[in-house]
Amino acid sequence: MPERTAILTALERLLFLLTAALIPIGLYVAFLAVPTEEKMGVVQRIFYFHVPAALAAFLGVALCAVFSALYLWKGDRAFDLVAHASAELGVLFCTIVLITGPIWARPVWGVWWTGEVRLTSTMILWLIYVGYLILRQNAENRDQAARWAAVVGIVGALDMPIIYKSVEWWRGLHPKVLKMSGGGGLDPQMERGLMICTASFVLLFTYLLVQRCRLGRLRDEVDLLEHLTARLPDPPRRAAPGGIA
Amino acid sequence: MSYFRVVALIAGKDLTTELRSRDQAVTLIFFALLVLVIFNFAFDFTVIDFRTLGAGILWVAFTFSGVLALNRSFQIEREQDRIEGVMLAPIDPSAFYLGKVIATVAFMSVVEAILVPVSVVMFNVPFSARIGWTILVLILNTIGFAAVGTLFAAMTSQTRRSEMLLPLLLFPAAVPIAIAAVRTTSHVLADRPFERYSSWLALTAAYDLIFLAAAVLLFDYALQD
Repeated sequence: MPERTAILTALERLLFLLTAALIPIGLYVAFLAVPTEEKMGVVQRIFYFHVPAALAAFLGVALCAVFSALYLWKGDRAFDLVAHASAELGVLFCTIVLITGPIWARPVWGVWWTGEVRLTSTMILWLIYVGYLILRQNAENRDQAARWAAVVGIVGALDMPIIYKSVEWWRGLHPKVLKMSGGGGLDPQMERGLMICTASFVLLFTYLLVQRCRLGRLRDEVDLLEHLTARLPDPPRRAAPGGIA
Repeated sequence: MSYFRVVALIAGKDLTTELRSRDQAVTLIFFALLVLVIFNFAFDFTVIDFRTLGAGILWVAFTFSGVLALNRSFQIEREQDRIEGVMLAPIDPSAFYLGKVIATVAFMSVVEAILVPVSVVMFNVPFSARIGWTILVLILNTIGFAAVGTLFAAMTSQTRRSEMLLPLLLFPAAVPIAIAAVRTTSHVLADRPFERYSSWLALTAAYDLIFLAAAVLLFDYALQD
């Protein structure tokens, strides 16, 4: 229906504009507008990237699980497209978390890495969803990849709370390193800054998700076309009289 | 045919085949022993008490040989395309799954039963554990590992890189078992009171139930070609 397409296109354009607007705003807020934290100094500003990236990563994982379940239930490939895209974005943002975390930790805690609960759990999360992506690559065909990935996506999401709890119990015996996130008692300006940055990351996630789903659909169409044309016989050659065949 | 009869048949089939040839059990036991030997060289046990590291080393040996057992478990089905017979038979795919889990647990239990006494001897550990509790702890953790492992092995065994893909998927997913197994085994081998590890054992039991249930629901999708 043309009206539906027009609405979707308009929404997409709106999404793009909002994202394009909020990212520079977020950058400005994170680097300039928000006051510098007194104990940690300038490096604390990583917080405005690190925490929203973590939220985006969890969003990706949650969406992957939901759409994996929907795919297994309904069989509609569109669900698998979203699941795959969400998992990819989850891995992307999780990578950002795992890189920004140590960069922040080194000057503040003096170590690049600790056995802290959140770090360990995030690393395991990253490993599970990288495994998801690698498994997809190794499947024989598109449907098998989708089905297997859905199984891993669901098992992974189911596992995450258990992993977190078990690491927490394990590490509970050791002295806790200071909490990473600001937690309660945040300066209201910082809290506002965090919310703006979170909004910009969520918008970025959504925008990338839409684009990645489109890319996935196009890839499927290309695969289908290749598959169909592979079966066609070669077009007949016209040998010019006395020419090369 | 009743569901549990199918489960018993599948498990029995694997165990009977193994009893006749015994090749898999021997390979698994020797591989696990090799892991122990490597750890013997990895750490200086003249200064380190084996009991601080023992449970961890044992579970590394168990998980590595467990991966071998899982791979083999599905590889034998791929040979001669037996897996298609299973898929065509009018049985619930989850019954096939449970049968496979039981067989894998049985194989891993044999490895564990041999390796614990061997490690006691090799590392001169005073052994005071109560056998009943030790067996319970080992079996509960093995079930958890096999539950997720069998589900993933059903998928990865169909790929060309199965030996690499199964550990890649299984080890992160089995982290709660890895942590709980080492905690509980370490406490039970040192004959510490049950309260020390009861909550870990509860975690293991919960993990077992959750993932057995999830795999029973999902196995059909993993097995389809």
